[in-house]
Amino acid sequence: MALTVLRSTGQGSWEKRILKSLNSMCTELSIPLARKRPVGEQKELLNKWNEMGTDEPDLSLFRPVYAPKDFLEVLINLRNPNYENGDSLSFRTHLGLIQVPLKVKDIPELKEFFVELGLTTGQLGIDDSTQVPPELFENEHVRIGQKVLAEQDSAAAQQYIRQGSPTALRAELWALILNISSQPEDILYYEQLKTNVIQHDLLVDSLIYKDVKLTASNDDYYFVFEDYLYQVLLCFSRDTSVLGHFAYSSASPPKSYIRGKLGLEEYAVFYPPNGVIPFHGFSMYVAPLCFLYHEPSKLYQIFREMYVRFFFRLHSISSHPSGIVSLCLLFETLLQTYLPQLFYHLREIGAQPLRISFKWMVRAFSGYLATDQLLLLWDRILGYNSLEILAVLAAAVFAFRAVNLMEVTSLAAAEAVLADLSTLKVMPLLQIFLFATVT
Amino acid sequence: MAGKVKWVTDIEKSVLINNFEKRGWVQVTENEDWNFYWMSVQTIRSVFSVETGYRLSDDQIVNHFPNHYELTRKDLMVKNIKRYRKELEKEGSPLAEKDENGKYLYLDFVPVTYMLPADYNLFVEEFRKSPSSTWIMKPCGKAQGKGIFLINKLSQIKKWSRDSKTSSFVSQSTKEAYVISLYINNPLLIGGRKFDLRLYVLVSTYRPLRCYMYKLGFCRFCTVKYTPSTSELDNMFVHLTNVAIQKHGALGSSGCIAWTPRPFCHQEDYNHIHGGKWTVNNLRLYLESTRGKEVTSKLFDEIHWIIVQSLKAVAPVMNNDKHCFECYGYDIIIDDRLKPWLIEVNASPSLTSSTANDRILKYNLINDTLNIAVPNGEIPDCKWNKSPPKEVLGNYEILYDEELAQGDGADRELRSRPGQSLGPRGGRSRDSGRTVLTTWK
Repeated sequence: MALTVLRSTGQGSWEKRILKSLNSMCTELSIPLARKRPVGEQKELLNKWNEMGTDEPDLSLFRPVYAPKDFLEVLINLRNPNYENGDSLSFRTHLGLIQVPLKVKDIPELKEFFVELGLTTGQLGIDDSTQVPPELFENEHVRIGQKVLAEQDSAAAQQYIRQGSPTALRAELWALILNISSQPEDILYYEQLKTNVIQHDLLVDSLIYKDVKLTASNDDYYFVFEDYLYQVLLCFSRDTSVLGHFAYSSASPPKSYIRGKLGLEEYAVFYPPNGVIPFHGFSMYVAPLCFLYHEPSKLYQIFREMYVRFFFRLHSISSHPSGIVSLCLLFETLLQTYLPQLFYHLREIGAQPLRISFKWMVRAFSGYLATDQLLLLWDRILGYNSLEILAVLAAAVFAFRAVNLMEVTSLAAAEAVLADLSTLKVMPLLQIFLFATVT
Repeated sequence: MAGKVKWVTDIEKSVLINNFEKRGWVQVTENEDWNFYWMSVQTIRSVFSVETGYRLSDDQIVNHFPNHYELTRKDLMVKNIKRYRKELEKEGSPLAEKDENGKYLYLDFVPVTYMLPADYNLFVEEFRKSPSSTWIMKPCGKAQGKGIFLINKLSQIKKWSRDSKTSSFVSQSTKEAYVISLYINNPLLIGGRKFDLRLYVLVSTYRPLRCYMYKLGFCRFCTVKYTPSTSELDNMFVHLTNVAIQKHGALGSSGCIAWTPRPFCHQEDYNHIHGGKWTVNNLRLYLESTRGKEVTSKLFDEIHWIIVQSLKAVAPVMNNDKHCFECYGYDIIIDDRLKPWLIEVNASPSLTSSTANDRILKYNLINDTLNIAVPNGEIPDCKWNKSPPKEVLGNYEILYDEELAQGDGADRELRSRPGQSLGPRGGRSRDSGRTVLTTWK
């Protein structure tokens, strides 16, 4: 079977490339895209369902279909004649890698947008540290959170979580904001997906295995949850309800045609069934959620909703303000405008900042920050219903390490300065960058 | 006048030696005049043995108490805790309160344990009460999971039955002494995996008791999934979590696992990047997120409680030699009702590092330990009051300071209602920051 794509935009040609890569892997390894499992194999998999991590299939011939840096190259080469909002004069002075003039917020606009992160508002991640007596902020904030949950007020929860979520309330608050409640039909739906996994083997399954083994299994925080990741991601790839998000995405799901019927829509099926081909690091979208949910179908629902609301924007090309292209441009613009010396210096030595920060943003910082910090960051993604905070944080990190970065003389050295973010506290960084830096 | 501290060690580990060298200390041999000796447990035995008549001078410090084995030998630890409980019961202390089933409310933190062969008959009586239970056999004097096996049938320990019948005065030193403990078959699982906790506790003096808890303890996870089924008894990877076993273990065929020499390593089971460990902070985050804050705080309070109680239990019999301090490795298992169990205490916690992070942790552990035990890195005077200033604690926190606790008023010791204050806090004041360690209410 061959795969083909019927749209030719920046996203379209990117999709073509991915599918070509998948196709050639398929041909090289002589593995079908999908096959029905023999009954014996089905039984075996069912028995091993809770410990698929102990399986050691030979994955050496599989390679990730693409990695974030491949995607970055595509974004760098984007040229779009449809200017969103003409400020072509200033854009010609844009010295970053992104050459698509989308409208992005400046710091005054960001301060307004993220007003609850301001210096005079209490924050979890700052005002709950051990030096601060809990009576000043934390106790009251917890009390309000409990009230919001008791009233099951989703909008209030979203507003509340802008100041961060107490650890004990986070799982419920996120579920409330994402409108996830585990009804029997949800659990049944998950079980049905599990049955699909048991019955059919997909080529992407091997890609998922490989990704988990390469990323989450080696992570200090997430290695424990390896088995949950398989249980979520294998089901995810078979979930056709995910196709729904393509309606508001600029992407389109890859289609496959029954042999001999190329181009005939009535013989088209989506591949993989959910239309999402995983890339290197994809499993890291799920991993942090394992700290909150340990019931597989709930974990699954939460992840799926996070994906179709947020994460899909991080690896598809669009002009949406939370899309990765806008985030890259926002990051570069913030740096060039407010840290020009640093920006020019890094450019000079061949270390375009986006080359370093791109992977952070594509993964929503998962795997780069300590888990408690990551969860505080994702609180704000939910609270503001926007991914722009990822670009702001990326710029704030550069600002924080500016002194060291000014002294490096190569891309490799710059990478080294920014290699370890595990000790960073995100809220102080964001607050200082947005509200305490002279603009 | 201040000279350089002269150090000796018979444990050649870089985390130690780097710490000595960075303080500008001078390495000497044990035959020369030394100020600081980081000893193995074998050496401490000979230093303090009656025959050698070794006398330490005021400017000499060692890293073990002479009879640390009262705490660190599995059988003696249990014996001391049992004795301590009985004493408290006799004096009518509220700490020794029992529930309607006769179980101690506050002091039931060691799994039911018997010595073999001495208590064989007592053990059999207990075993028959719940014949489907599993028990774990551990040799008293070994570490790193050596010689440990599980049993669920009396026939599996026939050998000790014979021994107990033949001679009641078989000396403990000629036959390998074992303890047999009720196996905790409902451990708390995370990601379906069993784990145990390794916590470091520094004791600078036993009377008065002054001890510190290292904030950066860690959880050690099993490589494979935990299942309580009996067929898995053979798979000791599941049950034993010691990193040493995870690194070099192999399976036995008869329900027993023997220590295997290196050629039989299963290196591929051991992930070289993280070594299957979580920080205690990760554990706390996970538990708060999935179980709630109150039960998590209660769990950590209980963990601190059982450590202090174990130290109080051995304090009366410890030789509180002023030349000594000791850094223990506490092994604790948490069950699925979030109750912590004390499994054992190690006198010589491993200073080998399995990962880069591990190396950093152990280096810092030694560093902070030395800062407390050898103030200012100068030639010690063992007559000092062993009360370091707050600033040098590093990653240690005061766990219990008997002197400070008693200063708060002796009457507080006796206040007890279930869940209420059973002892004053150890040396914590409001302006030193929020109490994170003991919230014994």
